[in-house]
Amino acid sequence: MPAVAPRRGAAGGIALRISAVALGGTLVLLLGLPLVSLVLRIPPADLVVRLRDPLILQALRLSLLTSLAATIIVAGLGLPVAYLLATAEFRGKRALEAFIDLPMVLPPTVAGVALLTAFGRTGLAGHALGAVGISLPFTTLGVVVAQAFVAAPFFVGAARAGFAEVDRKYLDVAATLRAAPGYTFLRVLVPLAAPSLLAGAAMSWARALGEFGATITFAGNMPGVTQTMPLAVYLALQSDLDAAVALSVLLLLVSLTVLLSIRLTPSRLAALAARARRAAR
Amino acid sequence: MLDAQLAKRRDAFALDVAFEAAAGSTTVVVGESGAGKTSVLRLVAGLDRLDSGHVTLDGVPYADAACRLHVPPWQRNIGYVAQDYALFPHLRVQDNVAFGLRAGGTPGRRIRPAVERALELLGIGELSGRMPHQLSGGQQQRVALARALVLEPRLLLLDEPLSSLDIQTRRAVRVELRNLLRRLPCVTIYVTHSPVEALVFGDRVVVLDGGRVAQTGSREELLRHPRSPFVAELVGTNLFTGRATDRAAGSADAIRTPEGVVAIGDAGGPDTVYLTVSPREIMLSRTLPEGSPQNIFAGSIVELIPEPPGGERVRVVLDTRPPLVAEVTREAVSALALREGVQVYAAFKATGVHRYT
Repeated sequence: MPAVAPRRGAAGGIALRISAVALGGTLVLLLGLPLVSLVLRIPPADLVVRLRDPLILQALRLSLLTSLAATIIVAGLGLPVAYLLATAEFRGKRALEAFIDLPMVLPPTVAGVALLTAFGRTGLAGHALGAVGISLPFTTLGVVVAQAFVAAPFFVGAARAGFAEVDRKYLDVAATLRAAPGYTFLRVLVPLAAPSLLAGAAMSWARALGEFGATITFAGNMPGVTQTMPLAVYLALQSDLDAAVALSVLLLLVSLTVLLSIRLTPSRLAALAARARRAAR
Repeated sequence: MLDAQLAKRRDAFALDVAFEAAAGSTTVVVGESGAGKTSVLRLVAGLDRLDSGHVTLDGVPYADAACRLHVPPWQRNIGYVAQDYALFPHLRVQDNVAFGLRAGGTPGRRIRPAVERALELLGIGELSGRMPHQLSGGQQQRVALARALVLEPRLLLLDEPLSSLDIQTRRAVRVELRNLLRRLPCVTIYVTHSPVEALVFGDRVVVLDGGRVAQTGSREELLRHPRSPFVAELVGTNLFTGRATDRAAGSADAIRTPEGVVAIGDAGGPDTVYLTVSPREIMLSRTLPEGSPQNIFAGSIVELIPEPPGGERVRVVLDTRPPLVAEVTREAVSALALREGVQVYAAFKATGVHRYT
C-alpha cells in the first residue's frame, strides 16, 4: 500500500492540475477577452485624439474629483465604525455589520432611488438640508454621496479586517506606556493596519470611480456637473460606438492603475522606507 | 510597596490571590502554565478589571472593586515588559523607547536625553536607529526594558522575560537582568514558570497553583520548608504531609502520611507535620538493601532527568508509594544499569528526613 499510495496521489495531482488549468483558463478568457477586444478595437493614436475632447476631459476630471472626495469621506467616517466592529462586542453588532454590507449587494439603481427618497427635495432629510441651502439631487455633491454610499462597505470591510489582525499585545503594551486609547489608535493601531487601510481605500475608490446606477438615478447625467466617466460611456454608446470604446479604454486604464497600486503598495512602501533609512544613516 | 488582593473569575478558572511586594526588591510569581500568573500581571497593570479585591501602590489606590475604582493602565505609574517584548514593529528602537514619554506628554526637549540615558542603562546606545525586526531576541528584550524603565515606573512588571530567548542567550541575559533588577528602586514583579528563575531572581517568591497562592516566602524558606507537593517539586525535593497523631502502629518514630508510612527521627507533637527528604539522601539499589536505612520503598523508574541538563547528576523519578525522586551520579546510573521501567529499591535513613511544622 505505501508504495502505491504516493503514485495514485501524484496521478490525482496531475488530473487536478489539468482540470484546474482548464477551468481557470476559461475564467481568464471570460474576463480577459472583452478587455483585450476593447483595447484592440481602437488604435492608440485615436485614443490620444479623443482624450483632447473637452467633454471627455470634463467627465474624467469630474470622475477623479468625485471618487476621490467620496473615498476621503468614506475613510473618515468608516475608520471609527471599523475600529468599533474590530475591537468591541456590543448588542446589535451583527445587525450593524449586515447593514453596512448592504450597499454591496443592493442593485445600484435601488440605492439611487433610496437616496432620492432620503435626500430628494421631498425626502426625509432633503427638507432639512434644503432649509440650510444644501441640495443633493442632481448636483456634484449628490454624485459624491451616491459614490460614498456604494463604496463604504469596501473600506469598512478591509479596515475592520486590518484592525482585527493587529495583535492585541501592542495595544496592551501601549496602554501601559501612558497611551490613552485615542493615542494608541493613531500611533499604533492605524500604522500597523496601514496596508489594509490603503487597500480598502483603493478598493472603495475603484468602486466609486465605476459607479453608474446610483449616480444616474440620484444625480442625473448633466455634463460638467454630474456626468462622470461611466455615464459618459453610456451616453456615447447611444450615438458613437468608437467614442464609447475610447472612454471605456481610458476607464480601464485608470482602474488597472488603481488595482496594481494596491497590489504593489505594501512592498513598495517597505522598499521606500528601507531606502529612506539608508539615506538617513 | 505594592499591596495586591486579586480575585477574578473567567469561565471555569478562578483566580484568588493576595500578596505584598516591597520597593527595591523582586517578587517572583511562579507557577505552571494556567496557574494564573498572567492574570495576576494583567490585573495589577489594570489591563483587566478585578471582580473583587484591590491594588494599591505606595499608598495610591489603583483599583478597588468595593468602590468600583479602576485607574486605567495609562494612568498607572507602571512599566510592563510583555512575554515576547511586543516592540512596536513600525517604530525604530529610539521611537519605541520614546513612546511612553511622548504619549505621556513629556516636553520634546526632555525626550531625547531621557531616551539616551535609558538606552545607555541597558547598554544598547548603538541600536537606537534600528528597526525591531533587525534585533536579536536579547536585544529586543533590552529595548523592551528600556522602553518601560524610561518612564521611571514605581512598579515594573515582567512577564516571562527570559522564555522567548534561546538557551545560550538566556544564561548571559539572566546574569545581566539580575544585576539590573538589583539596582532598580521600584517594586519588581517577575512572572515565570521556571523554578530556577524563581530562585535566582526572587527576593520573595509567590508560588501559584490553580489560581491560588500555594506558598509565599523568601527563597530560603521555600527551599527549606516547602508546604505543598507543588512547591516541593518546584524546589526539587520529596515532601510528605502527615499528622504525628497518625503514628504508625507500634512505632514512636514513624508517621503515617496519605501516601505511606515514613520513619523519622522524632515524630514530635500532635500537629500537622511536613517531612522532606532531599533527593540526594535517597539511595537506589537493584536488590533489597540491608543494614541501617529505616525507609525502604520498592518501585519502578518512571523517568531519568539529567540535572542540570547535560550535567553530571541524574534525577530519577520513581512510582513508589509514596512517590519519590532520587538524585544520583551519572556513574551510579550506568553501574546499576538504570533506565525507565527498571525495578529498584529506594532507601533513606530516618535521620535523613527533615521535619517541620
